[in-house]
Amino acid sequence: MSKPPVMARAVERGLAPLIGRRASHLLPRARLGGPMPWVIAIMVALTVLAAGGALALTNLVDRARADLAGGVTVQIVEADPVLRAAQADRAMATLRDHPGVADMRRVPQAELEALIEPWLGGGVRSEVVPLPALIDVRLDGEVSQASLDNLRSALAEVAPDARIDAQSDWLGPVFSAIAALRWLAIGLIALLAFTSAAAVWLAARNALNANRSTIEVVHLLGGTDGQIARIFQRSVLIDAALGGVVGLVLGAIALTILGAQFAALDAGLVQGGGLGGFDWLLMAVVPFAAVAIALLTARMTVMASLRKML
Amino acid sequence: MSRSEEEIVRFDNVGLRYGTDKEVLSNIAFSLYPGRFYFLTGASGAGKTSLLRLLYLAQRPSRGAIRMFGRDVITQPREKLPSFRRRLGVVFQDFRLVEHLSAFDNIALPLRVSGVREADVQKPVADMLDWVGLGNRANARPATLSGGEQQRVAIARAVIARPDLLVADEPTGNVDPEMALKLIRLFEALNRLGTTVVVATHDVHLLRKVPDSLIMRLDKGQLSDPTGALRYPPRNPMPASPPNAPRDGRR
Repeated sequence: MSKPPVMARAVERGLAPLIGRRASHLLPRARLGGPMPWVIAIMVALTVLAAGGALALTNLVDRARADLAGGVTVQIVEADPVLRAAQADRAMATLRDHPGVADMRRVPQAELEALIEPWLGGGVRSEVVPLPALIDVRLDGEVSQASLDNLRSALAEVAPDARIDAQSDWLGPVFSAIAALRWLAIGLIALLAFTSAAAVWLAARNALNANRSTIEVVHLLGGTDGQIARIFQRSVLIDAALGGVVGLVLGAIALTILGAQFAALDAGLVQGGGLGGFDWLLMAVVPFAAVAIALLTARMTVMASLRKML
Repeated sequence: MSRSEEEIVRFDNVGLRYGTDKEVLSNIAFSLYPGRFYFLTGASGAGKTSLLRLLYLAQRPSRGAIRMFGRDVITQPREKLPSFRRRLGVVFQDFRLVEHLSAFDNIALPLRVSGVREADVQKPVADMLDWVGLGNRANARPATLSGGEQQRVAIARAVIARPDLLVADEPTGNVDPEMALKLIRLFEALNRLGTTVVVATHDVHLLRKVPDSLIMRLDKGQLSDPTGALRYPPRNPMPASPPNAPRDGRR
């Protein structure tokens, strides 16, 4: 046997970290062949949907609140149409001079009949079913209890049958329901993040078990826990990034289709629930968050497993 | 410099048991000195592999003290152990080649783990492949190599980083006598460069092939030292310089 080659005296240790291509081929891989990228894609798509829903609901509530902020409805509830019309005229005259009233209009009879048509059908005559006279009032600022009391005292004499309500009060239960839905979406996002972490944990453990012999060899050759963890993190990073992009695209397509369908409803309240540029930007962060969760989970899983070795 | 300061490995009263079973190694005490060639012999089941696992830091002893390169490795924190392992070369009994890596990449593994730049990996690994007679099998996966070829890749991987201590577990167990002799000559060549070599074997004929070697014999977990040179402190005065002292002035 000839003299051994003068090998790396060479071993100036620690000059180049075990990363990149040097590390990548230590673990055999079948990119997109395993379930990891697809699990992450589904999680990201669902998270984007949930986040999109929560943001759309937030926008809807904000716009509805803004629309209704200064809105007050004055109803003249009087069965006699002559008296009702007289009280409505006097109320209009009083409101016109009332400080703080920015705008007002009397809701036409035809519009009132159209409002009740879905329940009572068409052709309802006002003398058969008396409808209250409605005055839609806009105040300068937001409606407060004090401004409502002011209006009530101003109309008390001229229109004793007037009922005065803030329009936002009518939608109070709707806003509460929407707030509950928003919390549900946030809870769903948290649950999806947890599920993603659990999926990565399982995948990392499976990969650890499948590559245990390689890991032991690298460990016994002097590989550090950090080096071995980085090998897995690199693999998980690529899987999570692929899954994140696919999931974001799927989620965005689904949201766009849903948005178009809701827009086609042409219903006043729903119109306010669109997504703005900042909302889409926020949803673009979801894949990055998924990658961060995946990397952190993979590192913690691998490090915990390696710590059991000497 | 006293003899105890020169030793690169020292076991004191080391015992090893797995779980609650009786000790597989008892009261193991010996020292290894730089540049020497040691055989670890004993019947199958005598505890050779267990002792080697302690040597290449795959296992903690149940009791006793182990010093390596002048440091107590038992009390070292885990994160310090890789720096010790990088000074060791190990030939595993079952080779433990990474199946999906080529012969080249298997041999390059210790250098890459140690942080050698990629540009500095290519030539030493190519030279090493030539040295073990596998220059034309650089891209072959372990599954396509014969037992002897796998053995040589495992040995090349163990020595590529010029370890201070080479530990080989039955390195000739799967090869014919001619290849066994070649491998032993390979270890001797490395030993002449200054690496301390410990070869575990149950083949007593092999011991005669390296005349200056020292012998540790394990019997039912107890160590004896027929050469009289291994016990700490040594039973007989040590020679002024180890018989296989390095000739390249490395140490």
